[in-house]
Amino acid sequence: MSEQAIKHPGLNLGPAHGKDDEAAGTVMFGFWVFLMSDAILFAMVFATYVTSLHATAGGPGPRDLYDIKSVFIETMLLLASSFTFGMASLALKYKHRKARLIGWMVVTLVLGVAFLGFELHDFSSMFVKGGVPSRSGFLSAFFDLVPLHGLHVTAGGIWLICLVGQIVRYGLDTKTKLGIMRLALFWHFLDIVWIAIFSVVYLAGLT
Amino acid sequence: MNIVDPPLGRLQWSSLPFWDMLQHPTKGNIINGLIATGAASLVVIGAIALVVLLTKYKLWRPLWSNWLTSPDHKKIGIMYVVIALVMLARALIEAVLMRGQQAFGLGGGFLSPEHFAQLFSTHGTIMIFFMAMPFLTGVINYVMPMQIGARDVSFPVLNSISLGLTAAGAALVMVSLVIGKFSTGGWFGYPPYTEANFSPGVGPDYWIWALSLAGLGSTLTGINFAVTIYKERAPGMQWMRMPLFTWTALCTAIIMIFAMPPLTVATAQLALDRYLGFHYFTNALGGNMMNFANLFWLFGHPEVYILILPAFGVYSETISTFSGKALFGYRSLVMATMAIALLSFTVWLHHFFTMGQNANINAVFGIASMLIGIPTGVKIYDWMWTMFRGRVRFTVPMVYALGFIVLFVLGGMSGILLANPTIDYQVHNTVFLVAHFHNVAVPGVLFGMLSAYHFWFPKAFGFRLNERWGMISALCWIFGFVGAFFPLYALGIMGLPRRTVAYTEARYVPLEWMAFLGALLILVALLALLWQLWLSIRDRADNRVFVGDPWAGRSLEWANSAPPPEYNFAVIPQIESRDAFTAAKEQGRAYLRPDTYVDIELPKNSAMGPAIAAISFALAFGLVWHIWWLVILCFLAAIASMIIRGFARDTRRIVSAQQVRQEHHRWIDAVDQATAISRADECTSVNVGLARQEADGVVP
Repeated sequence: MSEQAIKHPGLNLGPAHGKDDEAAGTVMFGFWVFLMSDAILFAMVFATYVTSLHATAGGPGPRDLYDIKSVFIETMLLLASSFTFGMASLALKYKHRKARLIGWMVVTLVLGVAFLGFELHDFSSMFVKGGVPSRSGFLSAFFDLVPLHGLHVTAGGIWLICLVGQIVRYGLDTKTKLGIMRLALFWHFLDIVWIAIFSVVYLAGLT
Repeated sequence: MNIVDPPLGRLQWSSLPFWDMLQHPTKGNIINGLIATGAASLVVIGAIALVVLLTKYKLWRPLWSNWLTSPDHKKIGIMYVVIALVMLARALIEAVLMRGQQAFGLGGGFLSPEHFAQLFSTHGTIMIFFMAMPFLTGVINYVMPMQIGARDVSFPVLNSISLGLTAAGAALVMVSLVIGKFSTGGWFGYPPYTEANFSPGVGPDYWIWALSLAGLGSTLTGINFAVTIYKERAPGMQWMRMPLFTWTALCTAIIMIFAMPPLTVATAQLALDRYLGFHYFTNALGGNMMNFANLFWLFGHPEVYILILPAFGVYSETISTFSGKALFGYRSLVMATMAIALLSFTVWLHHFFTMGQNANINAVFGIASMLIGIPTGVKIYDWMWTMFRGRVRFTVPMVYALGFIVLFVLGGMSGILLANPTIDYQVHNTVFLVAHFHNVAVPGVLFGMLSAYHFWFPKAFGFRLNERWGMISALCWIFGFVGAFFPLYALGIMGLPRRTVAYTEARYVPLEWMAFLGALLILVALLALLWQLWLSIRDRADNRVFVGDPWAGRSLEWANSAPPPEYNFAVIPQIESRDAFTAAKEQGRAYLRPDTYVDIELPKNSAMGPAIAAISFALAFGLVWHIWWLVILCFLAAIASMIIRGFARDTRRIVSAQQVRQEHHRWIDAVDQATAISRADECTSVNVGLARQEADGVVP
């Protein structure tokens, strides 16, 4: 088996990138490990949510507060953004024009911001209906889990802007390439977490 | 909300430790006020003295460029250990105060209940998070990369940032002595007691943010260590050739990665309860404090193994080295370490057997807890077989290891007792439990770290520690421990609850006094340790071991000079077997001059570590005292610093082949001039760090 064949997906850029491909090994592995730790963080918050599901203390519950249409749009936006980031990753890997790479990244950012806009709108309409975090254990748990994901997306958005800045400033050097690869992983990871949120929080809450 | 009014949040004159004493000068207030003010003065005077000394000897620049901004894992490791030793001194003095209070505690004593509660809360918090954790992180940082033949950890600047976060947390706990009061909720800060309506002061906030910073630092450290061991091993360093200390470091790192997030979640949720009126753990509106208990111990139990595994690794190294034999049952020790790491996640519920779950659940967790005794027992036998027919030398690290074996087995036995829920119900919340966990934590973790300190000090600083005072200190630790904690087993069975400031049973008094005297002996041990350090520095010229192998070491951290060059190895070693350095010495390839040297690339210094330390400390301080403008400012500064770091490019520097050759030749010249010594002379000044080769385990 050749050296290249045993490299795991998500850890490499392909042999065409030479030294950058070698550098990716350690850095990407480190980021996978970080994501593992972050996944535990989310798991704990999910556990809090599930155990607090019935702790509404007489306040509004899932059926009173969730708006599945809006959440569905958010889901589509986020899934689409994962796809566009995938296109950005391909543009990086196959050395397409820099403009194309930046283009896909900007589209991803726009989709992410739209997602956050819808999410904030959801929160504010929940607030209007009396669904504030200090109302009950259930709402506390909700506002731990869903905004934690939102904060991650926000951080990812800021990171994305910085990376575009680095591409403009330095071009595609090793550090920028590795940054884009890590953000890609992070972005897809958040997508997976969102699917869990959509299923556990929204779908299960409304059935 | 106005973010600048009041400008200092809830910080007021009454936050100072002597305020109560001046406003309400009753006898009790004066005693407590004097103790608190004395402690605060020690912190302030210590800080001022440090600043004065640094200024007087013009050490600010060297401190900044050689230490604080250094990404060198060896320097970071040393700084971790310095933090640990400072915090050890404080928490140990607190322990002596508590034992003193209990000795006089029949119907009163001299401390107020609140002061006593602060003492046990800070003592526990410091010993776990700011003594044991930095100590083991420091030792792993120093030793592990060299044991696997690497130049540094995988992410050197991240390493420096982890140190900064830990240091900020430690500083926060120290500041709580001077400004305001620390939590009275114990080291695990159970709500609802620590919620805002029962503990409205700043205490739990200090606790929350100190733990959050330390926890974040440890998560990053865990990632760094694990990736380093996976990715940076020298050619030929296969898994089953790694020194056992590296194995334990790996297991500890993996536990850190998985066990720290629950702590982060628990403290963050408690903070949201306290700051924004959420209801995670409150009594009313659907809060559930059992979630806290589960989250905390889901971290807290694996944490116990984060602490003990590296100590097991240290004992494996010291026992094997000072018995002059390869480790017995290497494979079983590796398996046992892995088994313990796995089991550590399956027993958290035994911390609250009495909190109302059904008997079957208790039974499952009780059995799981007892199972941990099996791999631990395997280890104990392996260490004893390692000594068997070895040529055992009673050096200081070995004395700690022997004290550990005897005492830790007893502590483990009391743990097996407590793992049985029916027995746990009887002694729950008594000092029997206190005796048990100190019995595993002190002879286990602390003796392990002190053993490591004596073992690797000559490597780190180039001279041996004073043997005589080391021995005095070790014996005082061992017998002081026995005196201080064995009485607590009896007191616990007699019914003395833990954390009580005073009691009414006269029959407790003799045992309490015995425990107090034991605690004083431990204080003597600490003083002996400091005295030893002073003597060793004074006499360092007589005890130099520049050649680098003072103990006939077996693994690669001994295969370079003492102190080692910043790049660790002039040429990355090629590993062909276990105990790589012993093999190299036997085959006569330990001290060779290679034909060619190459340039070595190292990370440049970075101000990220100290910057994050300062920013996160100020952020946490602002949060504790509700100084919102400071919070916002520091939050933005933290983000900005990370963005700026992202744009940094010129982050590597080159050590020229010429310089490497020069330094390496200087060392090999020293090796050539040195006389190899036998093990009988290793604690005398003829030991310059070159060991005469002797066959394994020969009885003379």
